[in-house]
Amino acid sequence: MSERRTPDDLELLRNLLGPEGPELSCEQCFAELDRYVELELSEADPDLAVPGMRAHLEGCGACAEDHRSLRALVEAETAPE
Amino acid sequence: MSHPDQAPPVIGPDAESRAWIRGLRAEGVRGEDARRRLHDLLLRAARFEINRRRGSLPHLRGGDFDDLAHQAADDALLAILGKLDGYRGESRFTTWAYKFALLEAAVRLRRRAWQSREVPLEPEHWSVLPGPDASPATSAEGREVLGSLAEAIETELSRHQREVLVAIALNGVPIDVLADRLNTTRGALYKTVHDARRKLRTHLADAGLRFAAEPEEASR
Repeated sequence: MSERRTPDDLELLRNLLGPEGPELSCEQCFAELDRYVELELSEADPDLAVPGMRAHLEGCGACAEDHRSLRALVEAETAPE
Repeated sequence: MSHPDQAPPVIGPDAESRAWIRGLRAEGVRGEDARRRLHDLLLRAARFEINRRRGSLPHLRGGDFDDLAHQAADDALLAILGKLDGYRGESRFTTWAYKFALLEAAVRLRRRAWQSREVPLEPEHWSVLPGPDASPATSAEGREVLGSLAEAIETELSRHQREVLVAIALNGVPIDVLADRLNTTRGALYKTVHDARRKLRTHLADAGLRFAAEPEEASR
C-alpha cells in the first residue's frame, strides 16, 4: 500500500507536471473564454463544447485567473438586484 | 432535440449584441457614442478586476489604481475595435468585450506587483525541490517522484525549458511578467512549459512512476 501524498507534494507536482491529456493553448483559451463562461452559467456542458479548456485552466495560472474574473464579473452583472 | 453527448448548437449574436456591432461600425456621432459607451463598460470591468486584486498591491494608492483602470480600458477598446470581425456571436458582446478589459487590467497589476522584483531563473532556485530526505512532511512516494523530477529537470530539459518551468511552476513568477522580461509572449512561454511537462511525465513513466492529481480518489 502506498503512502498518501501531502497537500504540499500535490501542489508542487501539479505545478511541475500540469494537467494530463490534451489542452488548449493560451491563445485558444482566450478565444473561447467568453463562450465557456456563458456555458458554465447556463444549463449546457462547457467542457463538451470546449474540450481541452478545463485542462488548460488547471495548467495555466494566468488563464485560470482570467477565467475566474470573467465568470465573477458576468455573474455580478446578471445577478438579480 | 439535442443529444446529451452533443455540444450545444452555436447561436448567432442576440439583438443587443448586433446593435453593439452596428453602433461601433457606424460613422459620425452614432459611432462615437457607441465607442464612448463601450469605453465606460470596459472601465467598469477594469475597476472590477482591480478591486478584486488590490489587496496584493498595498503600496499603490487610489489614484494609481484609477490610472491603471483607464489605461486598461483604453488598450482594451483599441484591441476590440481592431478585432470586431473576430466576434463570432457565440456569447453576448459585452461578455466578449469584458475579457479584453480584464486581461489588460490583470496584466498591468501583475507587472506592477513584480516591477522592482528580481525574476528568479537561475539553477540554484530550483533547489526548492525537496531531495530524497529533505522534508519530513513529504511522503515516501512523494519523495521518490520529486527526486526523479529533480533529476529530470536537470538532465531532460533544455536550459530554456528549465528556466521557464522553474520560474513559473516553482518560483511563482506570473507568466506575463516572465514574457516581458524574456521579450516573448504568454502563449510562447506556455508552450515551453507544456513541452517541459510532457518531458517530465515521460521521464516518470519510463522510471515506472506515475502521478495522478487525486490518487486517493483514483484508488477508490
